[in-house]
Amino acid sequence: MAADSNISPEDFDYISKLVRDHSAIVLDRGKEYLVESRLWPLINSEGLSGIGELVKKLRTPSANKLHEKVVDAMTTNETSFFRDFHPFEALKKVVVPEIMKNRAAERSFTIWCGASSSGQEPYSILMMLRENFPALASWKFKFIASDISREMLDRCREGSYSQLEINRGLPAPYLVKYFQRNGMQWQIKDEVRKLVDFREMNLAADWPFLPQLDIVMMRNVLIYFDVEIKKAILGKIRKFLRPDGYLFLGAAETTMNLDESFVRVQLSQSGCYRLRNP
Amino acid sequence: MLKELGFEVYDAGDGKQALDRLKEVGKIDLALVDWNMPVMNGLEFVCAVRANPDHNDMRLMMVTTETEMSQVVKALEAGANEYVMKPFTKDIIVEKLNLMGISQG
Repeated sequence: MAADSNISPEDFDYISKLVRDHSAIVLDRGKEYLVESRLWPLINSEGLSGIGELVKKLRTPSANKLHEKVVDAMTTNETSFFRDFHPFEALKKVVVPEIMKNRAAERSFTIWCGASSSGQEPYSILMMLRENFPALASWKFKFIASDISREMLDRCREGSYSQLEINRGLPAPYLVKYFQRNGMQWQIKDEVRKLVDFREMNLAADWPFLPQLDIVMMRNVLIYFDVEIKKAILGKIRKFLRPDGYLFLGAAETTMNLDESFVRVQLSQSGCYRLRNP
Repeated sequence: MLKELGFEVYDAGDGKQALDRLKEVGKIDLALVDWNMPVMNGLEFVCAVRANPDHNDMRLMMVTTETEMSQVVKALEAGANEYVMKPFTKDIIVEKLNLMGISQG
């Protein structure tokens, strides 16, 4: 794995430290491949010859914008519509109906996507909700989506995707119903876009106020943090998650050994987490 | 690609040939349909299949270079279940199979 790497240990450590200082994301030795693949597009667009030259440039005093771009490139998460498929089925078949039943009197529903990346996850959930739970339209419905990257949030708010992106995981009937062409791209219609409150947020730093949450989506983002930060994040989620609420992590992630207040629930082919009953 | 995924695969060069094959084989679970074909194009094929209630369960997925919204709408209205724009990868096909409730062979 590391053997084929074109990145020198010094350069890797430099980038590792830069990313860690600005986002608390941990890139251990062994993640060289990730650094290379994420930074190649930036290296090309800056007209550089490789990671070595990039780091050289980063070390110069005037390189601020470049630092931001490197952090951005390393912290974005590859995502797609209805990624992994099963969690959305679990939401549709079990989680949302159950929460709606529990909230029937207050008619309020709040969801938070904690790593919205380019927006496919929040928009997938919204499309699924509009298709299957039209009653929510008359509820007090709040959908918060946050990300550390301002650039990603701009992408989210714009809601435009390439042909490659809409080809992946998105049911064709949803494409027809919820998208419109925007030049060469496909854009989520206003009626869906305006439902999301996109916010800039660093999971590893202080959190702004969050309302009580029915569903938290935190998929494939904890993997970037070290154990202490993971624990801190789960501890904060615990404060905001309603006692009967649900937390979704990525398929390979777990709260085990991190936070004993969560218990795993298996739903169809997807696992998720709830607060353990006192 | 589909054989790798474990499916039994038939092919046809145009819509009419495809209909003939379908008649021969009797029941086919899924067709990947190109749009632009001679003799009978993909849209006509979809219409022909959907006109026959014997094939109600058959899944029809367009796989085509046609990428205008109006084309997607036409295909779905004619009865196609899914739509893939070329170029595509194996991952894209697998994800679409999932969406149509088809597990790998």
